[in-house]
Amino acid sequence: MTDTLIRVRELTLAWGSRVLLRDASFDVERGDVFVILGGSGCGKSTLLRHLIGLEVPRVGSIEIAGVGAPELDGRIPEYGVMFQGGALFSSLTVEENVAFALHEWTELPPVAIAAIVKAKLALVGLEGAEDRLPAELSGGMRKRAAIARAMAFEPNLLFLDEPSAGLDPVSAAELDELIGVLNRALGLTVVLVTHELSSIFQIGKNCIMLDPESQSIIARGDPRELARSTADPRVRRFFGREAR
Amino acid sequence: MIDVELIEPAPDSFGDRIGRAAAVLSRFSWQASLAPGELSIALGGRITLDEAPALWKRVAEVLDRVLKLDRVRVDFSQVEAIDGACIALLTHLQSELRRRRIACELEGGTPEVQRLIKLHSRRRLKRRPPRRPRRLLDQVGAATADLFAALLEVLGFFGQLVRAGGHALRNPRTLNLRDVALTMERAGADGVPIVLLINFLIGFVMAYQSAGQLRQFGANIFVADLVGVAMTRELGPLMTAIIVCGRTGAAFAAELGTMKVSEEVDALRTLGLVPLRYLVLPRVVGLALVAPFLTLLADAVGIAGGLLVATTQLEVTPAAFMAELRQVLTPWDVLSGLLKSVVFSAAIALIACQQGLATSGGAEAVGRRTTGAVVSTLFALILLDAVFTVLFGALAI
Repeated sequence: MTDTLIRVRELTLAWGSRVLLRDASFDVERGDVFVILGGSGCGKSTLLRHLIGLEVPRVGSIEIAGVGAPELDGRIPEYGVMFQGGALFSSLTVEENVAFALHEWTELPPVAIAAIVKAKLALVGLEGAEDRLPAELSGGMRKRAAIARAMAFEPNLLFLDEPSAGLDPVSAAELDELIGVLNRALGLTVVLVTHELSSIFQIGKNCIMLDPESQSIIARGDPRELARSTADPRVRRFFGREAR
Repeated sequence: MIDVELIEPAPDSFGDRIGRAAAVLSRFSWQASLAPGELSIALGGRITLDEAPALWKRVAEVLDRVLKLDRVRVDFSQVEAIDGACIALLTHLQSELRRRRIACELEGGTPEVQRLIKLHSRRRLKRRPPRRPRRLLDQVGAATADLFAALLEVLGFFGQLVRAGGHALRNPRTLNLRDVALTMERAGADGVPIVLLINFLIGFVMAYQSAGQLRQFGANIFVADLVGVAMTRELGPLMTAIIVCGRTGAAFAAELGTMKVSEEVDALRTLGLVPLRYLVLPRVVGLALVAPFLTLLADAVGIAGGLLVATTQLEVTPAAFMAELRQVLTPWDVLSGLLKSVVFSAAIALIACQQGLATSGGAEAVGRRTTGAVVSTLFALILLDAVFTVLFGALAI
């Protein structure tokens, strides 16, 4: 029996007057690593912004854990988000960034918060970076810190926007490994937007592929299986071109 | 066969002579021959970016002068080496000629040259239809619509801010006190030296300019009235607001704009915080709290500037100056200035934050919004000052 965490039905997305996606429906199961695929400009990031509540769907519906479209109206959501560039608060140290939501939303004393932050930074392999400012971190470290911040409030769902973008292959592989560990060890459901084939194959369990021409989902399922057996030339081209 | 010179006029300008010299000195050759309806160009030598200006000159000449041709052939057989930039100029020639329905072939050359040609003419981007220049009336109409849209945006933002203020009053713990204190320090304490200097000079200059006139009528003592009333009611709050706008308003817009484009504002929202409550309200409150103190200082140093002129230029003793000041100034003069300063500072913070949070795009957008914030705020300050003047005048206070 499946346990659906995110349910999207007949969602239509637009950027200004340009329709990016029409009548899209898909489910994300609990414990999944769900990848949103597609070439540049197909609406992956716009879809993610709708899923995390930064944009409100005008047509169609999004449910997370059986509750309607998420509304970011001053309540801590039950999911964490890592943005493409990390989006760490540049005037705060790594420790302050990770502790931010805990300070804002809990009555925990600073010592307890510091202990949680230390554990989260250890989880993402950033021990010792507590006092550094985001500008003093490498791209990979910044993304790890952003994951630690997203994990601070113990979410059961993590959204990641292009986690490996701009990283060298080693850092990208380490980040993929970390995401896999979070999924396996903590049972965290992960939804990520990417077009990095190595990430897709290493950690993705399910995927959907968006197509800007037809403004629809043109493929869904296990990405490895899709890459091997799909007959759709658009999907084959995506996997083939990305592999080069 | 006709030599290329037959399709080129004799050089008659300095530019032509320089061009000819460049062609002589260049490391490539361009031999053109004209047959009925067909121009053949034989290229040779090393054609690199250094030769691009001379090559472009030749390309432009061909495009200018080939009118009744059916075909142009460019032969690369003698080319020793050519780089991508020069290939791009020649593929541009090809596409321009084709656009004019003249066949153009880039032929010959080594496989490497042909590969480069193929690479540079492989993709044709869709041309956007050229933008038609808008008529003056259209531009005025669009600008007016934009102005009203911007005004509505600010009013909407103000409404949301009032709601956020109400929320903060009901839940004082939610107010970001750290940013209130930070704003007071940056806009207030750090801004004191410049506020003191400028307002002292304003008071000094005002008194100095009027000294001659007052002396003519033996009204030297009235310099105290002039400087006192002008500084407390008008110039103290206004000049302070202008300084705060330049220092702090621009900083607010740039800071929030940068946070917006680097997704920090989005991250804040996904951590459950409302940017208006967390980022904007503390700045408005902090600035509104600190502005009256800055204005009081501005009033005091402006009057001190006037006092300096009165004692050194108008033979008015400090005691007489202060006595006159006490007589002419009412508490309302000072209070009305302070009231203005609170409204001015709230307007500065409101417009600057609204512009910052409306930023989208990249670094250029941050700059544009920062400029927009300063210009809009200056306009709003003058407008508000006029409203206050008319209002106080109507109320006879």
